[in-house]
Amino acid sequence: MAEIQQQADSGKGGKKRAKKMSTKIDMTPMVDLAFLLLTFFMLTTTFSKPTVMDLTMPVKPKPGDPPIELPARNAFTVILGENNKVYYYAGLLRDGEAKPELVASDYSANGIRKVLLERKRANKDLVILIKPVDKSNYKNMVDILDEMNITNQNKYALVDISKVDEDLVKSSGL
Amino acid sequence: MPKVKPHRTSPSLDMTPMVDLAFLLVTFFMLTTKFAPEEAVVVDTPSSTSEIRLPESHVITISVDKDKRVFFGMDDAKPKIEMLTRVGAKYGVSFTAAQAKTFSNLSSFGVPVQQLPDFLSRDNEQRKAIKQPGIPADSLNNQFIDWVVEAQAASRKEFQKPAYIAIKGDGNADVPTVKKVIKLLQDKNINRFNLITDLESKPVAGK
Repeated sequence: MAEIQQQADSGKGGKKRAKKMSTKIDMTPMVDLAFLLLTFFMLTTTFSKPTVMDLTMPVKPKPGDPPIELPARNAFTVILGENNKVYYYAGLLRDGEAKPELVASDYSANGIRKVLLERKRANKDLVILIKPVDKSNYKNMVDILDEMNITNQNKYALVDISKVDEDLVKSSGL
Repeated sequence: MPKVKPHRTSPSLDMTPMVDLAFLLVTFFMLTTKFAPEEAVVVDTPSSTSEIRLPESHVITISVDKDKRVFFGMDDAKPKIEMLTRVGAKYGVSFTAAQAKTFSNLSSFGVPVQQLPDFLSRDNEQRKAIKQPGIPADSLNNQFIDWVVEAQAASRKEFQKPAYIAIKGDGNADVPTVKKVIKLLQDKNINRFNLITDLESKPVAGK
């Protein structure tokens, strides 16, 4: 395709000459291969690096340090349940106090993200407590941490789930 | 007077410079590409919108798969061998030079240190066939944290800075195992973690 043999044939059936071979070679297949490899290596280099998400855990408190009190009005708890369920309640759950209302939600854009954005708008000092139950999976944890980044939450913490929280989820029947 | 012939240009063009350039680039990319090393375990990471890239070097990868197994990987070969001898010494296991060399080529592993010499003496094919049990990481037999501590010490000695710790969890891994790993690291005052994820496009604001 790249080369067109130009024949200089006079047409007169004279002496049979030895056919002169062109010194040029057809480079098309080679170029095809070169570009194929080029594309392959270019694509594999750029996309091979995985991304990472930052997670900073609090420094372990020293034995003498007093625990930090979190006012109930700033607290907002998100419980990651099993089977990709997610629940939330505002305030704190303490023994002998009125139980907060537990609401079920999901990981979609209109689920927990909307709630988090609304809460953040209403209260700037919001602290979100993320409590994954033992049967939830790691994907849920990454998802909810991702939601924290998306909704620009300043304060959130990954906390162990307590017995009362588990009971609340169970008794709510959601 | 001879007739002036119109100069007939050949429709072919000289591809040589283009080919030169193409091969130059091919060579460049071939030499710079680092292929993803073969992983001891298949981990399907969840996705997030984070756009921070994993650093190129000095990374310790802690993989958690869906069967609660913990794997340990490190990318720098030199501190890796030192770490191996030190952890081995702690548990009374010694390694030959050949085993150490094999170890430095492994991207990650998940066997208790007692089984490691045997595991390293096997050839690649046999090693792939073995189902690795994961590194013990419970309170009774906590080899995992020893690996991390020694890796950090070796890395500090070699590069004057600790390695970057990345946790690579499977999407279906359970939270208690991941939390256990995080807690163990926190006990050693490591409070910054990086969770390896796939890239996901950021949601667009609106509506």
